Amino acid sequence: MADTERNPWRRFLALPNESRTKTLVMAFVVAAVCALLVSGATVLLRPIQTANRAAEEQARIEALVRGIPGMGDLLEQSGGTLSTVVIDLDEGRAAQDVTTDTLDAALADTVNWTALEAGADIAGLGQRPDYAQIFLLRRNDSISLVLLPMTGQGYGGRIDAILAVEGDMNTIAGIAITSHSETPGLGGRIEDPSWQSSFPGTELHDDTGDLRFNVARGDASTAYQVDGITGATRTTRGISNMVRFWLGPDGYGPLIRAIQRGEF
Amino acid sequence: MAARFDLWTTLTEPLIRQNPVTLQILGICSALAVTTSLATALTMSVSLTVVLTLSAGIISLIRRHIPDTIRLIVQIVIVASLVIVIDQVLQAFFADISRALSIYVSLITTNCLVLGRTEAYARHHAPVPAAVDAFGNGLGYSLILLIIGGLRELFGRGQLFGWQALPLADAGGWFTPLSLMLLAPSAFFLLGGLVWAIRALLPEQAEAPEHEPPADVRPAE
Repeated sequence: MADTERNPWRRFLALPNESRTKTLVMAFVVAAVCALLVSGATVLLRPIQTANRAAEEQARIEALVRGIPGMGDLLEQSGGTLSTVVIDLDEGRAAQDVTTDTLDAALADTVNWTALEAGADIAGLGQRPDYAQIFLLRRNDSISLVLLPMTGQGYGGRIDAILAVEGDMNTIAGIAITSHSETPGLGGRIEDPSWQSSFPGTELHDDTGDLRFNVARGDASTAYQVDGITGATRTTRGISNMVRFWLGPDGYGPLIRAIQRGEF
Repeated sequence: MAARFDLWTTLTEPLIRQNPVTLQILGICSALAVTTSLATALTMSVSLTVVLTLSAGIISLIRRHIPDTIRLIVQIVIVASLVIVIDQVLQAFFADISRALSIYVSLITTNCLVLGRTEAYARHHAPVPAAVDAFGNGLGYSLILLIIGGLRELFGRGQLFGWQALPLADAGGWFTPLSLMLLAPSAFFLLGGLVWAIRALLPEQAEAPEHEPPADVRPAE
């Protein structure tokens, strides 16, 4: 029968199962079909999986920002979708080869830090990272809120804060102090919501574009000032210098101009 | 197997009388690992049933042409491919549950239940009976998983499918969760209890003792 069969496939199937040809060909056919099945499923489903992972990442960022005291309410008011981006501080645009996942590794390398000259180093940092992770809140394709992490030298040590700036890049929306070691009851009052409440609405630059923001000694007297804290001169100066440094040319200055030009 | 193929018996036999988990003690590893809540147990059950049915059907379809020398590896390759496809589908459409199941979906590949059915039944039967038998075994496995998963979730968290069935003491109710239920040993206890209960009701399932104890044991004087 095998001699009369013309169709090679049938001739193959008629071979005894133990023959070497049939063993090899069966193994190959099964492997090939299964490979097709697996790669087909992977390729077809990848877009959905990527979307899932993006949604998960989004939820993670929002949980992170909402965990900062005071920031959750701010997000509720502004509305929109939150995204995170690592920016190159010198260029003022999104970093090309550093992502949120690789940021920590990049900052562990001293190559990615810039030493600051004494005159420019008003925040007392000594050196500054070249990359920073910021958060952008978008509504209807325009930026409604930018969260800028910053750090400065206070009286007792480093102060870490997140400054929220509105989409015009000139009006402060709020501030959150994420860590500090100031004297409780004096400088430690930078944590108080009552003191932080003088930030929203404060303007940063005047009409000529000069950075005018500072923390007043005593009560604020201009639209560019926030109230000082009595008895905590060095802490308030630290906050003032921190904001002035990070919004200046060595900090987020290039980024702020890029956002104002509409590049984000 | 010359007898007429009885669809109903083939389907229902593995539910209790020939249950793959409680009688044959197959697929225990995953049964213990994924039964902390009903949702994961249900997902695992559905995944396993689908994989088992499809692989039994496919293997039965080509059963006359699988060379004996490589039959195990051919079966494993088919099972593994189906498992990967299911895993991808879960990751795409049930991302949360897929994370909860972690590697246990991939481990369906090595679930002895799947290979056991393809090797013992699908290799000798036509595709339809093979698929029905596999489906029945999948249901039997699912039944046990759901019972254990339901008990563990109910007593471990006071919930069923995430719904608060028993009011927790923390929230002003009366029920204090048994944390042990969420740990692996409790699955052993429950499974052991289930096996004992089934064998007490159906004595023919009990295995013959391997050793008879001596009739009269007295300490030597």
